[in-house]
Amino acid sequence: MVTIHEAIPRGLMDTNQGAKPGEIRDSKERYRAGVLKYAQMGYWDSDYEPKDTDVLALFRITPQDGVDPIEAAAAVAGESSTATWTVVWTDRLTAADAYRAKAYRLDPVPGTPGQYFAYIAYDLALFEEGSIANLTASIIGNVFGFKPLKALRLEDMRIPVAFVKTFQGPPTGIVVERERLDKFGRPLLGATTKPKLGLSGKNYGRVVYEALTGGLDFTKDDENINSQPFMHWRDRFLFCMEAVSRAQATTGEVKGHYLNVTAATMEDMYERAELAKELGSVIIMIDLIIGYTAIQSIAKWARRNDMILHLHRAGHSTYTRQKSHGISFRVISKWMRLAGVDHIHAGTVVGKLEGDPNSVQGFYNVLREPHNPIDLQRGLFFEQDWAGLRKVMPVASGGIHAGQMHQLLTYLGEDVVLQFGGGTIGHPMGIQAGAIANRVALEAMVLARNEGRDIWREGPEILEAAAKQCRPLAAALETWKDVTFDYTSTDTPDFVPTATPT
Amino acid sequence: MRLTQGTFSFLPDLTDAQIRKQVEYALSQGWALSVEYTDDPHPRNTYWEMYGMPMFDLKDAAGVMSEIGACRNAFPNHYVKVNAFDSTRGFETTRLSFIVGRPTDEKGFQLVRQEVQGRTLRYTSQPYATARPEGERYGR
Amino acid sequence: MSLPDHDPAEETVDLQTILRDTQAQAVMDTLDSELIGLRPVKTRIREVASLLLVDKARRGLGLLTGTPSLHMCFTGNPGTGKTTVALRMAEILHRLGYVRKGHLIAVTRDDLVGQYIGHTAPKTKDVLKRALGGVLFIDEAYYLYRPENERDYGQEAIEILLQVMENQRDDLVVILAGYKDRMDKFFLSNPGMSSRIAHHIDFPDYSAPELLAIAERMLEQMHYRFSATARGAFEEYLVLRMQQPRFANARSVRNALDRARLRQANRLCAAGGRVSREALMTIDEADVRASRVFASPTSRDA
Repeated sequence: MVTIHEAIPRGLMDTNQGAKPGEIRDSKERYRAGVLKYAQMGYWDSDYEPKDTDVLALFRITPQDGVDPIEAAAAVAGESSTATWTVVWTDRLTAADAYRAKAYRLDPVPGTPGQYFAYIAYDLALFEEGSIANLTASIIGNVFGFKPLKALRLEDMRIPVAFVKTFQGPPTGIVVERERLDKFGRPLLGATTKPKLGLSGKNYGRVVYEALTGGLDFTKDDENINSQPFMHWRDRFLFCMEAVSRAQATTGEVKGHYLNVTAATMEDMYERAELAKELGSVIIMIDLIIGYTAIQSIAKWARRNDMILHLHRAGHSTYTRQKSHGISFRVISKWMRLAGVDHIHAGTVVGKLEGDPNSVQGFYNVLREPHNPIDLQRGLFFEQDWAGLRKVMPVASGGIHAGQMHQLLTYLGEDVVLQFGGGTIGHPMGIQAGAIANRVALEAMVLARNEGRDIWREGPEILEAAAKQCRPLAAALETWKDVTFDYTSTDTPDFVPTATPT
Repeated sequence: MRLTQGTFSFLPDLTDAQIRKQVEYALSQGWALSVEYTDDPHPRNTYWEMYGMPMFDLKDAAGVMSEIGACRNAFPNHYVKVNAFDSTRGFETTRLSFIVGRPTDEKGFQLVRQEVQGRTLRYTSQPYATARPEGERYGR
Repeated sequence: MSLPDHDPAEETVDLQTILRDTQAQAVMDTLDSELIGLRPVKTRIREVASLLLVDKARRGLGLLTGTPSLHMCFTGNPGTGKTTVALRMAEILHRLGYVRKGHLIAVTRDDLVGQYIGHTAPKTKDVLKRALGGVLFIDEAYYLYRPENERDYGQEAIEILLQVMENQRDDLVVILAGYKDRMDKFFLSNPGMSSRIAHHIDFPDYSAPELLAIAERMLEQMHYRFSATARGAFEEYLVLRMQQPRFANARSVRNALDRARLRQANRLCAAGGRVSREALMTIDEADVRASRVFASPTSRDA
């Protein structure tokens, strides 16, 4: 804890009963016109006990040189709730103390001088029920450009149960998704159609048919496939559903293609979603960049129309990747679970995109668990009770291949969609072979894990054994055996491990 | 064709020893086992016939293995599957489900396309088997 | 049948090591310490364990072994430790590798036999499914056989049991239990059942000193103790009670102790004032002597 070194202005001692050092309680003094420090205005309160109904936020603050960290924390609390840079008399028209956010705890970030974790509590009355737009407008709408801070990151949030219950949550959820697909006991398999752009509808559908017939459960539009000159969305939907339906009849399994309904306006999105429903798709897809309001609208539509909703987190790394500034993806995950999506891309650990194992497991826990205990190692700073809110299926996508199946199953567990885009379509023997290779590798690995084998160590052996009876898998292992993506992660959790009591 | 429903359908048909290990795994997780059969392979056919009640409180796979054997003997021309059910909070659903018996001649599906307005089609997968009544669908 | 062709002099087995490794010895030691008396029973258990141990060693050396028959019959009066020993037996069998899981399912006739036609088979099979891989303990098994009632379905349960005991010896061990005389009669009428039982173990009644030791141990576990005079009184109580009908050994001792504790509680509350820890823990002579067994030795104790 950082100690406070504020001198108490003379003459205020008597009227200031019960105040923190530096805080001004005497109303006349407090609301006299002029500029006060935020900590004096009541935005810092180290004795405050957060209520069960408070929304809590953890900010990682980097104050400018010479700015007192407590004052910086109080400023963040103030600027994300009721304050402004000067005292205003109109505050007296409100029960101002209730609306003020309170920074109640400040810890230095281990190993990073100049950076602090500030814990801030917000009264429930500040927020509109069931609205991510309002929650974010409040917490991040104003404070991030604040000059006295060099950098600011929203690291984690605790949403009280009272607030959780006002949200719809995922329209389908992991349990019902599996029951609709009738697929249990293993991760689901998907692939993004490649090349990302340029295929016409009919050729696009061919890729879908091959991949699904070969053995994948899902195929996927990429985030920027909306409706372009080379392929209009209606043609894509028509050809894709022909492919999906054919694949279902060929295999006897429920199959799906995430039809991307992202569009310029909400009305256009509804129009696209309706066609997807008409053609019998089980699932549609949206991109994060449509915005929180649009996401909640589509989530409601998805529930009304029994549609699984897949979210691609397009654009998130503009603000999630750097530790010092932005919003952590774990906060985005929490918002998305509340807003209501059924799938969300959440990292692979071993693939081509950013993600260290501990952070990624933290994201997965936030999405999938009914209750998250504090877990500093995985970057979870608050206990979060999801009050029965349905679970989101994380999606692992980006540079993964069949040869990593044992690592994927170990790191990510069973309730996940594994997407092998290049790993399916780039297979030397063709797309169906690519799909077969992935499916056989996965089933063999799950079988071995259930039998009690140590798949982390024996994974390669298990794959080799399965490959003996499956030429596509043998070819896949051979083709990609040297592919790994080992770079140092930029976003790792900051915590000091405590020794386990003996 | 080969119906690829169930967790392990892309692997060669499981031997009894392999089935036993999966059952042991399910028991070790505290899941209840059940055996079901059907001759309607449509993927949206959710309710297969139950072969006996679900088996709760078992400690050993032997009981399940004998039920599986009995079902396969009684219905050699049906699909038979084993389900493992998890009743814990947050799941309350099937956790594992795999096919342990198949008819010798699996007939597959016809894709029925109904043309409606514009280029739109309505699709139905129709199992060839269900052209005949229940019980007469798969023969020697 | 030929012996394995390696030099027999080379192969030696240390039975004690096997015993220790499987930790079966640990279970037998627990049995020794947890149950008082029962010398013949403990000896018999040790004998059976030795047989199984030798079997295991032989198997290890590649010598021919069939699955030994392990079904047993425990006879004796109630409260002589039959269920406890059955539990430990299940553990020993598990540690020596003769049953896969080592759990014990305890049932009586009502768990196996149905009330109407077609009810029995699924009921029995259900119990068997739960017991497979472990031990099935059937208390008062002779009630399965009721020849005087022709609508009785117990016979069906017996048939199913006989089949499983013969054909699934790898999967299940059955232990029957009950009064010796009734068990003997049951076996006379059911020779099939009798022939499948490999080990008959009789549980003798406890002697009075043994029962006193059991009582002291029970009290100790509950953080009570006899005062010196109370102990003497209890010895007398035991002798009197044992002569009365329906004496259930350890169970009767427990009941008697419960009643003594009730009287102690009443005595302390009636006395009022402050009570010491000592007082709360001590059973006095009065608490024992209040028993009706002393008042009229021929009547049932209250």
